[in-house]
Amino acid sequence: MLTDITIGQFFPGASALHRMDPRAKLLLLLVLMAAIFVFDTPGGYAALTGLAVALAVSSGVPLSMYLRSLRPLWWILAFTFLIHLCATPGEVFFHIWIFDMTKEGLTRGFFLCLRLALLILFSSLLTFTTSPLSLTDGMERLLRPLKVVGVPAHELAMMMTIALRFVPTLIEETDTIMKAQQSRGADFSTGNALKRVRHLIPILVPLFISSFRRADELATAMEARCYRGGEGRTRMKELHVGGVDYAAAGATALLLAAMGAMKAAGF
Amino acid sequence: MAFIEIEDLCFAYPSERDERRMALDHVNLSVEEGEFIAVLGTNGSGKSTLAKHLNAILLPTSGVCRVAGMDTRDGAHLWDVRQTVGMVFQNPDNQIIAAIVEDDVAFGPENLGVPSDEIRRCVNEALTAVGMTAFQGFAPHLLSGGQKQRVAIAGTLAMRTKCLVLDEPTAMLDPVGRKEVLDTVRRLHRESGITVIYITHFMEEAAAAQRVVVMEGGKVVEDGSPKEIFCRVDAMRKRGLDVPLAAEIAWRLRKQGIRLPEDIVTDEELAVALCR
Repeated sequence: MLTDITIGQFFPGASALHRMDPRAKLLLLLVLMAAIFVFDTPGGYAALTGLAVALAVSSGVPLSMYLRSLRPLWWILAFTFLIHLCATPGEVFFHIWIFDMTKEGLTRGFFLCLRLALLILFSSLLTFTTSPLSLTDGMERLLRPLKVVGVPAHELAMMMTIALRFVPTLIEETDTIMKAQQSRGADFSTGNALKRVRHLIPILVPLFISSFRRADELATAMEARCYRGGEGRTRMKELHVGGVDYAAAGATALLLAAMGAMKAAGF
Repeated sequence: MAFIEIEDLCFAYPSERDERRMALDHVNLSVEEGEFIAVLGTNGSGKSTLAKHLNAILLPTSGVCRVAGMDTRDGAHLWDVRQTVGMVFQNPDNQIIAAIVEDDVAFGPENLGVPSDEIRRCVNEALTAVGMTAFQGFAPHLLSGGQKQRVAIAGTLAMRTKCLVLDEPTAMLDPVGRKEVLDTVRRLHRESGITVIYITHFMEEAAAAQRVVVMEGGKVVEDGSPKEIFCRVDAMRKRGLDVPLAAEIAWRLRKQGIRLPEDIVTDEELAVALCR
């Protein structure tokens, strides 16, 4: 049951988004996220929503996956909408008990929710079309200039890589430990919340101990294969910024310029 | 000068320094280039400790360990030593670093700073050598134990290692995986002349080697061809070790008065001798 968990939620494919360099994708994501906050006009939202939908369709990832990525935020979206609906002063169109729902609140709540949803959608576009490994690679490259101020870019990326590598291994191990405990009469599925949390301890303790042992052995194995940190290290798969990336950057710049003009014109 | 020279090597783990028992106690051993050596011994006999000296993961407390003329204590040659001697460990899961097979094989050459197109070539050659080319894009957790160990072997081969030290590589595998790994190692030894030091608890695997070294209490107590070692069934028993099944059957038959040659180690030899 635990082995069903997938991490990273990457969908392999060959779309333009898939072929882009992870660094370009990360940077453009940041630009678009900033744009969501800068262009807070109906015209700006329309343009960005259109872009998100167009990219989602072109990515070849099942569209239901994008909707599913919004699901964890469902409550926050609903809550935000209700707060704005009821707390914005203006023309009251509906009254219930002590709550005054205003037209202004309706539009404000709607746009705020749209803004949140767009943030999630654009991030999903990145994670769905980029393998976790090239994502960490991209992050390492982007963080590299920050090394001078003490950001351990290589170490962070190596930690991420190893963590991703060991997720399935540790999930399998958790499963084994749970079965071992169950075979000796442990009960994980009944009792109140507190009791259930207490039942996790006999799973977590052996899992932690074995993780430390694994870490120790892995460190020895890495040393045996000449690992000595990021200094002087080369990569088999070098990242290449290609035509797709320049095209995407150009298109984004054009879009932003157009939106800037629209905002200046008052749309 | 031999490829690997170990002279009067002593080693005590830091916490045991005051105690008298040392993990390695005046070990002398020399290995020629291209040899296939099996190392036998019960748990705690110092086999793994010895193996870890061969690529400078552990450094001698006293004595010398030289690999291809380089002293392992010489920090200037540390990475050369580790490139020359590759290690494969017991647990296949805890030595695979990357989430994709080919990336893991590339880990060693990447650390050595090899240019990327050259790495690609090393990786392809290494994967071909262990017969894992078809799995290069796989995630390691989808492979069987034997396949994972073959990936680990490829990881050392990609560094163009001259000597392969395998520390009980088959202890956690099923019989199919065990055969896979042993066959791969034997083929590499035969075809590319790589030096192999193979630590094992399986006597049938040791019988495949050219030379068998037996360790006990941190000392090398026997050193000879498989035939020399395995015909002394009583001595092996006393050390808590087995002999290959064929050697044991031949020994028992000889005790029953059936005339068989003393040097039977493999099943084929036993069959041939019995049919005569």
